[in-house]
Amino acid sequence: MDRRTDSPSGVQVTIDRKVYANGLCTLKGLHFAAAPGEFVALVGPSGSGKTTVLNIVAGLDTRFEGQVQRATAARLGFMFQEPRLLPWLTVEQNIELVLNPLPPTQRQERRAHLQALLAQVGLQDFRTAYPGALSGGMQRRLALVRAFVIQPELLLMDEPFLSLDEPTAEQLRQQLLALWQQTGSTILFVTHHLREALMLADRVLFLSARPAHLILEQPVTAARPRTMVQMGALEQLLLHQYPELLSGVLA
Amino acid sequence: MRGEAIKQFTLPGWAWSYRNAIVRLLSFMALVLVWQLLAEWLDSRELPGPGQVVSTFRTYLLDGSLLFHLGMTLLRVLFSFVLALLLGVALGILMGSRPRWDRWLDALLIVGLNIPALVTIILCYIWFGLNEVAAVLAVALNKIPSVTVMVREGARAVDQGLMQVAQVYRVSRRDTLLKVYLPQLYPYLFGAARNGLALIWKIVLVVELLGRSNGVGFQLGIFFQFFDIAGILAYTLAFVLVVVAIEALLLRPLEQRLNRWRG
Repeated sequence: MDRRTDSPSGVQVTIDRKVYANGLCTLKGLHFAAAPGEFVALVGPSGSGKTTVLNIVAGLDTRFEGQVQRATAARLGFMFQEPRLLPWLTVEQNIELVLNPLPPTQRQERRAHLQALLAQVGLQDFRTAYPGALSGGMQRRLALVRAFVIQPELLLMDEPFLSLDEPTAEQLRQQLLALWQQTGSTILFVTHHLREALMLADRVLFLSARPAHLILEQPVTAARPRTMVQMGALEQLLLHQYPELLSGVLA
Repeated sequence: MRGEAIKQFTLPGWAWSYRNAIVRLLSFMALVLVWQLLAEWLDSRELPGPGQVVSTFRTYLLDGSLLFHLGMTLLRVLFSFVLALLLGVALGILMGSRPRWDRWLDALLIVGLNIPALVTIILCYIWFGLNEVAAVLAVALNKIPSVTVMVREGARAVDQGLMQVAQVYRVSRRDTLLKVYLPQLYPYLFGAARNGLALIWKIVLVVELLGRSNGVGFQLGIFFQFFDIAGILAYTLAFVLVVVAIEALLLRPLEQRLNRWRG
């Protein structure tokens, strides 16, 4: 059952039960909320249904028991695990696809805005290139721009920097934070990379193994910009306290 | 050293296509040469040489009969092609994206694929009369099942991930169709169009032979009765020229345009 009701902004997720078509119960009693403008990371062992949570919040998956409260009219961005670009559209056309058509008088202005966004992630010279001509890191940056160009009120991110080399991933994290500071979007960021979560988020939620529920909530109060080294220390501290945390077990 | 050796043997793209064109031309000329030699050796009414066929072709071209009959055939090809493609694509998308429809229609599709063209043609003429509608319908009915099968394959292979992108970002229905969905089907649509044209050519001639009083098929029937081999080959030549023109001027440029992104 899917009841989706309006809430001013932010998101409140109440998933009582989510059972896959094959009878496997993947989420059970998973309740959490994100305040407007908050950056929340979800960390859990692989196979714990993190992607499913995002699909439910996005409305792509409606077969679950519970409810998701978010402003239904709110602009939603989603950065998937794969860049999911349209290979037959150029960089610019890929972005324009997610924008509403505008009267000709305003097009010039938007084009300038788009150009500025592309420049911010270093893609300004690739406006007319096709995604196939871009490197993996550049494709992610394009997907990042596509997610932010609509100025999303809620942005869902599903391990978007997976399978990138560390310097490229780090560059993308910095670009993500910069864009987030401009738009003030509420972000749900799924990852199994604990240090990445600590580096980015205001609050990290830890999920158990299947059927997944919340086992720990860890606010991250360190001021930004944070460094990976600094977050390494925090990671050590957490893992010292809960050695099995990343397998989804507290005790 | 090694790199240089490779460089030596790699031709640039334009040189490849240039060389390709020469090879095509040579193979065609070889065919004409063999034909010429065979015709001279046999010296029979049943195999006129290339020269005689070309002069017959000119005669029919100049008296206007060839263009008239070819035009009628082309019109029938056009109408049945468009009809078959529209219905076949709609059915293929339906069956490829809705498993329930697929289950219900699959058996009918197999029947449709295997009914001989001649049966459809005769039945259409009997049921709808010896008229243009029956002719076009008979051709289209023969073609629809194979278009459906091809497009169904494409619709099954549609990337759900890309469709989700369109859904999440609230892309309009029109853009979702034209920029996200259909481009994934283009290779299948092209396959269907190519095969379709080849099949429709052949069936249209049979339809004309059986129940029309003009068109290339009708004309070939007359030549057959008078044993006019040069006439038959002259019409075949006209046919080949049209097919090559459609491929070179229409299908290939369109395909290249749609495939630009593959780089």
